[in-house]
Amino acid sequence: MSRVMLEVKELTTKYITRYKEDIYAVDHVSLKVEEGKSLGIAGESGCGKSTLALSLMGYYFPPLYYTSGEIIINGRNISGLDPDDVRRSILGTEIAYIPQSAMNALNPTQKIIRFIEDVIQAHDPKITRKEIYEIARERFEILGLPAEVLQKYSVELSGGMKQRTVIATSVILSPKVLIADEPSSALDVTSQKMVIKMLLDLMDKGIIKSMIFITHELPLLYNVTDDIMVMYAGQIVEQGNAKEAVFDPLHPYARGLMGSIIVPESGLRDVKLASIPGVPPNLKDPPAGCQFAERCKYVVPGCTAHSVDFHELEGGRAYRCIFSEEELREAYKND
Amino acid sequence: MTDQKDICLSGSGLTKVFGYGRQTCCAVDHVDFKFYEGEVVSIVGESGSGKTTLAKMLLGLINPTAGDIYFQGKKRDISTYKKKQEYWKSIQAIFQDPYCSYNIFRKIDAVLLDCIHMRGGRRLPHAKKVEMMVEACSFVNLKFEELTNKYPFELSGGQMQRLMIARIFLLRPKILLADEPTSMIDACSRATILDMLMQLRDEIDMTPIFITHDIGLAYYISDTVYIMEQGKFVESGSADEVILHPKEAYTQRLISDVPKIYEEWDLSTV
Repeated sequence: MSRVMLEVKELTTKYITRYKEDIYAVDHVSLKVEEGKSLGIAGESGCGKSTLALSLMGYYFPPLYYTSGEIIINGRNISGLDPDDVRRSILGTEIAYIPQSAMNALNPTQKIIRFIEDVIQAHDPKITRKEIYEIARERFEILGLPAEVLQKYSVELSGGMKQRTVIATSVILSPKVLIADEPSSALDVTSQKMVIKMLLDLMDKGIIKSMIFITHELPLLYNVTDDIMVMYAGQIVEQGNAKEAVFDPLHPYARGLMGSIIVPESGLRDVKLASIPGVPPNLKDPPAGCQFAERCKYVVPGCTAHSVDFHELEGGRAYRCIFSEEELREAYKND
Repeated sequence: MTDQKDICLSGSGLTKVFGYGRQTCCAVDHVDFKFYEGEVVSIVGESGSGKTTLAKMLLGLINPTAGDIYFQGKKRDISTYKKKQEYWKSIQAIFQDPYCSYNIFRKIDAVLLDCIHMRGGRRLPHAKKVEMMVEACSFVNLKFEELTNKYPFELSGGQMQRLMIARIFLLRPKILLADEPTSMIDACSRATILDMLMQLRDEIDMTPIFITHDIGLAYYISDTVYIMEQGKFVESGSADEVILHPKEAYTQRLISDVPKIYEEWDLSTV
């Protein structure tokens, strides 16, 4: 058993709206990432993927508030820490984040090297610019980026290059865990491949120890990560390794999601894409019991009665449904 | 099969050059095509290959530098605003970004009423107009009662895109240009949007033209696929032929770059 890099136990965070309503965007989420492993999180827009990423980093600024649960990064409990302390001692060295809109994350009036100076000097104020340049150049070379990029402005770079620069900048201090929040959703397929290759390179070369990859594109997750979690309305509904989660999902929602995969491979045209009817529940007033019950094909009256447990199976698989594994498989067989 | 069908939109030597003097950029370079009635066409290419420029020319939003567009056998004439409006009755578009496609100062009712008026329904009684709007909204699984008196920005991205399809339902154009209709919405709503577009196609007999960078989508939905590189069509043919047995190196690279689930994804070729 290898070392656990990031462990989250029953994390719950909420947004408080202007009208003092609580919205639980992350609801009792537990996860564990081991050294050398990557975890993928899938789900539709608004299910809480990005909020989970922010919560993991301890980035609690209003309207996001921490409610309960534990976050342990590399043996250190950071839950409930002041966000400013988190920024000083954890961000960058223990955990790093690539935002969704990394393309717009670079200030166009600054050279790329200045961002790297910012990051390094925030943790070590004594270091000189020359030393920083050497560190940056070396790191860029390892990652296959030309060193000239350092002296350029962000507007001079292409989209894919900008994205890779942002990634290189956020991992400059060799964080233990990297959270990538849709790093390639705005890129075309060729640039996407380069970005993914770079992320996998980071893992191979030991610059980062483990990775959490958030996206709604399942074929990508299947190819990149070891484990996949499916999120729905703030809860984890399915958990398993990549193969199981894509080819043999247990939760009805995960099954619907896997039915919507489009890949250019023979046989695709013969199957009809499955779409899930309806919309996710309003989290201001979440339904009692299963959150997915309203859209579920296999719903029975018991679904809405009380909250649903997370069933854990052998080999790290888990799902959130009132049916047992056999009952679900039987139901899917009849489709 | 397509031989007996009528050509609804075709172009010859279509070219668009941006810029003047030394700094010119040829976005679309002598492109020839024939789109037949009732067939689903996809134009696939990377960012910057000129897909959207081509779409804008087809819509008459920008003028081509050279070349002609033929609409239903006749040369397209949009020299005056009146003729342009007439043309837009038969060609309509769905754009990439639903958030930017609406005028934020106008309510949803006004958006839909505009479509009815454009079809010549200005003098209909109000109750009839409401009935039409309700029908259009229910076609795309939206409830008109929930939408009325709201502004477009109060909806989610998927809902906005579906409202766009409701507009198309009311307008009943001959040709629909869908410029990356699903790239801003997540994978789960994508299937719903595509289903609706195909249903709409059967309902009102239109010719959809998809412009996309998603090869999987193009393969799933279309009969004919055009691959575009640097302003030129490098390969075209039936979807099975082009996607499963690509001939050009560019097409092969494009397809190998897409993450797949049944085949190995080769990362070494970057």
